Amino acid sequence: MTALLSVSGITKNYGAYVGCADVSFDLYPGEVMGIVGESGSGKSTLLNCLAGHLTPDRGEVVFDTRADGPKDTVTLSEPERRMLSRTDWAFVHQHARDGLRMGVSAGGNVGERLMAVGERHYGNIRDKATDWLERVEIDATRVDDRPTTFSGGMQQRLQIARNLVTGPRLVFMDEPTGGLDVSVQARLLDLLRGLVRDMGLSAIIVTHDLAVVRLLADRLMVMKSGRVVEAGLTDQVLDDPQHAYSQLLVSSVLQV
Amino acid sequence: MTDQAYNFAYLDEQTKRMIRRAILKGLAIPGYQVPFASREMPMPYGWGTGGVQVSAAILTPEDTFKVIDQGADDTTNAVSIRTFFERTAGVETTTTTADASVIQTRHRIPEDPLSAGQILVYQVPIPEPLRFLEPRESETRKMHSLEEYGLMHVKLYEDISRHGHIATAYAYPVKVEGRYVMDPSPIPKFDNPKLDGMEAIQLFGAGREQRIYALPPYTHVVSLDFEDHPFEASKADHPCGMCGAEDSYLDEVIMDDAGGRMFVCSDTDYCEARQAAGHRGKDAA
Amino acid sequence: MIELREVSKTFTLHNQGSAVIGVISNVSFTVAPGECVALTGASGAGKSTLMRMIYGNYLTQSGEIRIGDVDIVQAEPREVIALRREVLGYVSQFLRVVPRVPTLDVVADPLRALGVSGADAHSRAEELLRQLNIPERLWSLSPTTFSGGEQQRVNIARGFAHAYPAMLLDEPTASLDAANREVVLTLIEAAKARGAAIIGIFHDEAARARVCDREIDVSCFTPGLAA
Repeated sequence: MTALLSVSGITKNYGAYVGCADVSFDLYPGEVMGIVGESGSGKSTLLNCLAGHLTPDRGEVVFDTRADGPKDTVTLSEPERRMLSRTDWAFVHQHARDGLRMGVSAGGNVGERLMAVGERHYGNIRDKATDWLERVEIDATRVDDRPTTFSGGMQQRLQIARNLVTGPRLVFMDEPTGGLDVSVQARLLDLLRGLVRDMGLSAIIVTHDLAVVRLLADRLMVMKSGRVVEAGLTDQVLDDPQHAYSQLLVSSVLQV
Repeated sequence: MTDQAYNFAYLDEQTKRMIRRAILKGLAIPGYQVPFASREMPMPYGWGTGGVQVSAAILTPEDTFKVIDQGADDTTNAVSIRTFFERTAGVETTTTTADASVIQTRHRIPEDPLSAGQILVYQVPIPEPLRFLEPRESETRKMHSLEEYGLMHVKLYEDISRHGHIATAYAYPVKVEGRYVMDPSPIPKFDNPKLDGMEAIQLFGAGREQRIYALPPYTHVVSLDFEDHPFEASKADHPCGMCGAEDSYLDEVIMDDAGGRMFVCSDTDYCEARQAAGHRGKDAA
Repeated sequence: MIELREVSKTFTLHNQGSAVIGVISNVSFTVAPGECVALTGASGAGKSTLMRMIYGNYLTQSGEIRIGDVDIVQAEPREVIALRREVLGYVSQFLRVVPRVPTLDVVADPLRALGVSGADAHSRAEELLRQLNIPERLWSLSPTTFSGGEQQRVNIARGFAHAYPAMLLDEPTASLDAANREVVLTLIEAAKARGAAIIGIFHDEAARARVCDREIDVSCFTPGLAA
């Protein structure tokens, strides 16, 4: 089996400060990988390097493209990379506002990616948008409402619908449940789990919430000061952490 | 006669050369917005400073100049721009479309088809069709360069979802030669089909936004739409009250406080020529 | 089906003076298809630890643990996940689920993960829940609010939804009444009959005597206890 994403030696420095250093891993189709670590550990820098939002100083991010097989997305031309991020890639931001067009209706938000890849039939676009609203448990009657009228949890679900409508193969998520209250989080996690399984998605999830990765991620990477200190099966890393920092991280979680 | 205190057509020769270079680049890349160093003009922004600079750069002493504002030759804006070039360039002016070699326009295309050798200069307030959905200039430029125009359809999608049809009635976006999406300036969408394959040169000037773009003769221009909501050039469903024309774009004129109104051609030259030829509408005196 | 060869494990507590604690040393045994082996030994002898090592939940420092043809000690995470999905079942003492997910879906989940259709997975789940005497009115509720015994039975239903060729059972009959205990033992016997290799921890001696073919005393492999 070919890895969907093969990352090697990704390094990004901010001047003398290390963003992330020498990160390598392979992600296979259908796998969900979590990246955990405290604030400033470099997990968001890494995610942004992987998703093409930042250019790493060194390293390769090889993606197995549908048309041409494995290609290094760091050296890919910008049009190709942007095309990838509209089709095979998706990015779910922590704050739905960063990932949505707040002045555009829910249907328009979901339809944008379809229109961006050339869909020109209003009826079809609307049908797909409505279908996706229902899949993320937003009432179809809200299709013409703007996201400004939605609750935080609904906005996040709308952002997910907007991202998944073109059937991407790889989803990047930056703290997808951050800022949501606990009951809304649970619902979102369940939804994401179902979508990942039904669509066979691969995903990379950055979070500092260990409960989120336990439920969503198959694999886990623990980062500290820009470096990966431990990686492995999620439940193994959480239940039998080997590195001092992972042990500290796991033992620091408050029990409810 | 020329006011000798001014250089020919007001602008200095260096500025005109700079603007001509922008125009030539615009003609070479139809629909592409060329930045240019817009000058202060002796009129406020929004009164056609872009169009005036383009006209100033292309006028020659042999030209015959016509100015229309929403189709009319006799409104303040049209009259003052016409007078401006009479005074600073000493060119002939006319109100007859067919006699003009350069026509500066605000928000209309004349009803009579233009022919090879004529130049139509549009005044443009906001040249960027993507602006209302994407405020960042850096991003819209990138979208143009990478042909990422999905957003344009989002705007039309929003129209249909809100009004049941594409309600955009003016400044209706077009795609030029299958490449650049362009704002045709706030002309009514009734005029959009005239953009396509026009024999005359079309130049667009935005003074405040410092952009010039152009359509060379016979350029293919398509109005954006959806398969199931095709583009439709619409006008008020009436004949002209003065000349009876069924095929021209109409202005609605409120006549009294009792709901009385009439519809007349917005193109005054077209309407007067028809009346002179004996056509009469129901409201004609 | 399950084969352990010279398996050892230590815990290193970096945040408590880097204390190194040996828990399991040099374990070797095999479990054949259709066989049920009990792990025995006093509390703290390392029964659950060994079981978690076999499941890949705890990291093994040295040795080999082969489930079918996969060595779980060396396997990539995705191989372990595939193994757990298809081959290796585990009934733990605790139910861990996404809040808000209905019981029926919790039980059907392992089958859905294998690509079984929603309807087929649900009908198998219903069959198990009925067998384990979970009242039908609870099926649409999340098991997070259930009593300990009910949660344990949901956990068992989930563990037996798919016919895994290898199974690990951690106290499957604890906190169950006689009737339900009988149901669970019948399920284990059925699994043995279809050829599953089973490793179990049973405090319930009668249950152990009934379903287990052999016993392995884990204290023999615990450093400090056996020595």
